[in-house]
Amino acid sequence: MAIELKMPALSPTMEEGKLARWLVKEGDEVASGDILAEIETDKATMEFEAVDEGKIGKIVVPEGSEAVKVGTVIALIEGEGDEGDSQAAPEPEKDEAGSKPEAKEEKQQPPAKEASEAEIVKDEAPAPPRMDPEIPDGTDMKALTVREALRDAMAEEMRRDDRIFVMGEEVAEYQGAYKVTQGLLDEFGPERVIDTPITEYGFSGVGAGAAMGGLRPVIEFMTFNFAMQAIDHIINSAAKTNYMSGGQMRCPIVFRGPNGAASRVGAQHSQNYAPWYANVPGLVVIAPYDASDAKGLLKSAIRSEDPVVFLENELVYGRSFELPDLEDFLVPIGKARIVREGADVTIVSYSIGVGVSLEAAARLAEEGIEAEVIDLRTLRPLDRGAILESLAKTNRLIIAEEGWPTCSIASEVIAICMEDGFDDLDAPVLRVCDEDVPLPYAANLEKAALIDADRVVEAAKKVCYR
Amino acid sequence: MAKAARKSAPPAAPDLDEDDENFALRSLQQAHAKNRRYKADKDELLKLYEQMLLIRRFEEKAGQLYGLGLIGGFCHLYIGQEAVAVGLQSALDNDKDSVITGYRDHGHMLAYGLDPKVIMAELTGRAAGISKGKGGSMHMFSVEHRFYGGHGIVGAQVPLGTGLAFAHKYRKDGGVCVAYFGDGAANQGQVYESFNMASLWKLPIIFVIEDNQYAMGTASRRSSAETHFHRRGTAFRIPGMDVDGMDVLEVRQAAEIALDFVRQGNGPVLMELNTYRYRGHSMSDPAKYRSREEVQEMREKHDPIERAKIELIGLGESEEALKKLDKQVRALVSEAADFSENSPEPDLSELYTDVLVERY
Repeated sequence: MAIELKMPALSPTMEEGKLARWLVKEGDEVASGDILAEIETDKATMEFEAVDEGKIGKIVVPEGSEAVKVGTVIALIEGEGDEGDSQAAPEPEKDEAGSKPEAKEEKQQPPAKEASEAEIVKDEAPAPPRMDPEIPDGTDMKALTVREALRDAMAEEMRRDDRIFVMGEEVAEYQGAYKVTQGLLDEFGPERVIDTPITEYGFSGVGAGAAMGGLRPVIEFMTFNFAMQAIDHIINSAAKTNYMSGGQMRCPIVFRGPNGAASRVGAQHSQNYAPWYANVPGLVVIAPYDASDAKGLLKSAIRSEDPVVFLENELVYGRSFELPDLEDFLVPIGKARIVREGADVTIVSYSIGVGVSLEAAARLAEEGIEAEVIDLRTLRPLDRGAILESLAKTNRLIIAEEGWPTCSIASEVIAICMEDGFDDLDAPVLRVCDEDVPLPYAANLEKAALIDADRVVEAAKKVCYR
Repeated sequence: MAKAARKSAPPAAPDLDEDDENFALRSLQQAHAKNRRYKADKDELLKLYEQMLLIRRFEEKAGQLYGLGLIGGFCHLYIGQEAVAVGLQSALDNDKDSVITGYRDHGHMLAYGLDPKVIMAELTGRAAGISKGKGGSMHMFSVEHRFYGGHGIVGAQVPLGTGLAFAHKYRKDGGVCVAYFGDGAANQGQVYESFNMASLWKLPIIFVIEDNQYAMGTASRRSSAETHFHRRGTAFRIPGMDVDGMDVLEVRQAAEIALDFVRQGNGPVLMELNTYRYRGHSMSDPAKYRSREEVQEMREKHDPIERAKIELIGLGESEEALKKLDKQVRALVSEAADFSENSPEPDLSELYTDVLVERY
């Protein structure tokens, strides 16, 4: 039985091509791998190889033929009798239409459900309500800086799980460039607290690989500005692997460090990357403001099975906050928090912007405007419900974000309000962001470029028509 | 090999510091030169031959299915390079060692003993594929078999593999990671960041450069200042080995020397496997950057499968038996192709699964 050789497609979009040259003639014996012909399109040339062995029986399409449709029989191979049957068997089942991907999709449309049914159900079920931990009456509160809270979170988790290690520049002997890892080397030793060379791309990849291999890395970037060198591993390696592997290969890793503008360090060291990472499916992005969220969320991030980008802020590291003295204090990922209640206008913010918003809210109160301040805390997945609930209550909303306005978290919050909160809006949603320029060095220009309470107050009054 | 003439040039670097006893950058190459080929008995060689043949036939079939429009996007075939994956894999301890590679990954998975059906079904984008049809040709993984991909970004697997080696050392599980990459990837900066850390921390990893002589269409001599890739670890104190990647028994023997060194806690080894890909970089390759004669010469004179076949006959295997084996392999591949064509595409509900592991 003869084997039909069909015009191959060089790419899924190719429909026809030129049969430029035959490199065999009728009667030639061919073995698999022999080049039979050259096929050309306007984009590329391909050598067409034999897969089966046998004798070229007939050349159906002569060389030099233009516009030969994909799937056209171009030659026949006479099989070696016994071998021919087994090889030819799958071929005749393919009709011309079968070789076209479009046609196939229709054929495949009725999906086989049984295997995935359970997962669909699981996926449509609402996420279990996960609330902030109850703080029992009489719980001691203690003041702690954000810096200490982050360190305590890592230390507590490292005591719990020996797969966790901390890696980054100056995290060990130097005790952390910003002293966030202070004391960890003493307690956990050099096998678990690891100084790296200045090689962000490399050590982010090492961290991602270690996570794929079953460990729980916490990778510190001295600042997230340097993580741009490593963003390929954060996105292409860490964020996409679980999906690309059909859920088989996880990458439980935390990338953490200070993000956003510091003080007088110029444009290359002063950028908020929250919108960059929050754009990426497969990542969890967290940006806490106060010490208790910093601690409770970092602990949750380290325990998560997903890759987490944990954005801190250098200017906030030294601020002290009251923290409940509770064992194993975990704050849920994906839940915003109302940090000040109010009925007149909602101010949505995160990270250092929350401090600015609280200052603005205090001043607004003096003028008789009660602002509700929402700390998003997690930027991906974003707590849409919390935003919309507050909007339904106040009917006016602004966003305060220490970062550029274009394609920002603020843009996303505005989109949510438009899509799902339109009927609740009594005024356009406004955003208060940094000026749309690289951050300047000069003190006066830097101040002019960054958000402040004045601007937040002004925007809040504007949406209140005051 | 095409490279032989170039390599006969005298070494440019002066002799290394003889006073430093630990600086044994050429010791593995010397051990390799003394004993180049593994002494395989007939059964051992037959097994290697069968694995190489399976890869060859599988890839030929994949090329054919691509031509029929059943495989989409990019598809990088391993034809010509079979001895590299098969020779190295045969020396590994499958219970503890890990492997990672780039996008030319079908051959490595087959060498690892993964079912050709689930690989082919991934290539055709079906639910039964090893990544549920969500990864494709370049993104396949089997954590169960310690095969960690299947990575589409050139060179990314090198730091990831270094991370896997870090995990072996951290857990003290005795495993070694083998990280494969090409002569093209060897020019990525992250490769050298990884060399530095792997050597600094004495991580159990073998860096394997599969030098198939072309980075897409750019010959290594046009892209690389140092084409003796095994020397590229020198600056990081990583010993190198220069190996004929067209001879499965040489690959196997070299792998044993490297593994022995790494398992003793000496840190990484860099192996250069000189090989050749017969087919294009991917399916749509203009084939204009090298002559057909060059390709034919490699196929006719250096084919790893033909070479093993001749040796098998020399060891007393009958042509009859080899023909029968070829038929079995073809049947296995045909079965995989049928399976990959006839199994259903993923359910649409799979679109939103596996984005995150947990719910928040």
